[in-house]
Amino acid sequence: MSGEHGELPVAARVRRLEERLIAAGLATDAELDEVLDRVFTSASPVNGARMVARAWKNPAYRDRLLADGNAAAAELGFGAGAHGYLLKAVENTPTVHNMIVCTLCSCYPTALLGPSPGWYKSFAYRSRAVREPRAVLAEFGLELPDSTQIRVWDANSETRYLVLPLPAERADEMDENELASLVTRNGLIGTASR
Amino acid sequence: MTRFAAGARVRARAADPDGHTRLPRYARGHIGEVVEVRATWQLPDEAVRGVFRAEPVYVVRFAAAELWGSGSHSVTIDMWESYLEEAP
Repeated sequence: MSGEHGELPVAARVRRLEERLIAAGLATDAELDEVLDRVFTSASPVNGARMVARAWKNPAYRDRLLADGNAAAAELGFGAGAHGYLLKAVENTPTVHNMIVCTLCSCYPTALLGPSPGWYKSFAYRSRAVREPRAVLAEFGLELPDSTQIRVWDANSETRYLVLPLPAERADEMDENELASLVTRNGLIGTASR
Repeated sequence: MTRFAAGARVRARAADPDGHTRLPRYARGHIGEVVEVRATWQLPDEAVRGVFRAEPVYVVRFAAAELWGSGSHSVTIDMWESYLEEAP
């Protein structure tokens, strides 16, 4: 963490916005604290990684995850946030690679992937992911064969995506915790193989 | 009843709306294919003005070559029904 943010102009703007919301009766201080607490303590890519590991080990769970992402997240105790959204899991195969972007802002399933990385919110990623995903993936160190079809999903506030990566080699020999430790946030966005 | 079914060829409206929209500029005027009917949700363009009108939302897939003139990937976007018209 980088030191004290209290004096930054953005902190003053956030505080003024909070005060307006509270004054208008739209939220209370306690509710805002609870939301922040949930984001910073429970939102983590470890959650998405656990879902992926479960799907790799358990074909029935994989099917449920692909059919209804919200229900599959709830099975492991994960929610979709206070306002809710449709969670869609998209599965990589030997011939299809999925990649997530939100060109209009930075929508993303925070509860399952943790706070989004700075690059995910950058104009560069948001504009280039839909235009030249193969070049972007190469810059992330992911070189895909020409025969692999790339599917880019432009997320929005209502629909958010999680990539189900290809199973790790020798997944059969590992337990779910070991498998989950192999899955990264970038893998869940589709900018890494897993 | 939804206006489009899975497999339908649709064109994203080309017009630049006055206010907020979720129709990305890069898709405007381009032809894609309905992959599935997603849900029925409030139209954000009007909800932002306090007018709540639900309409069908479609998952529409565009080929990169259609959007950009080159590329072999696809881009899939949620499209509210009023963003779309029938494509020839």
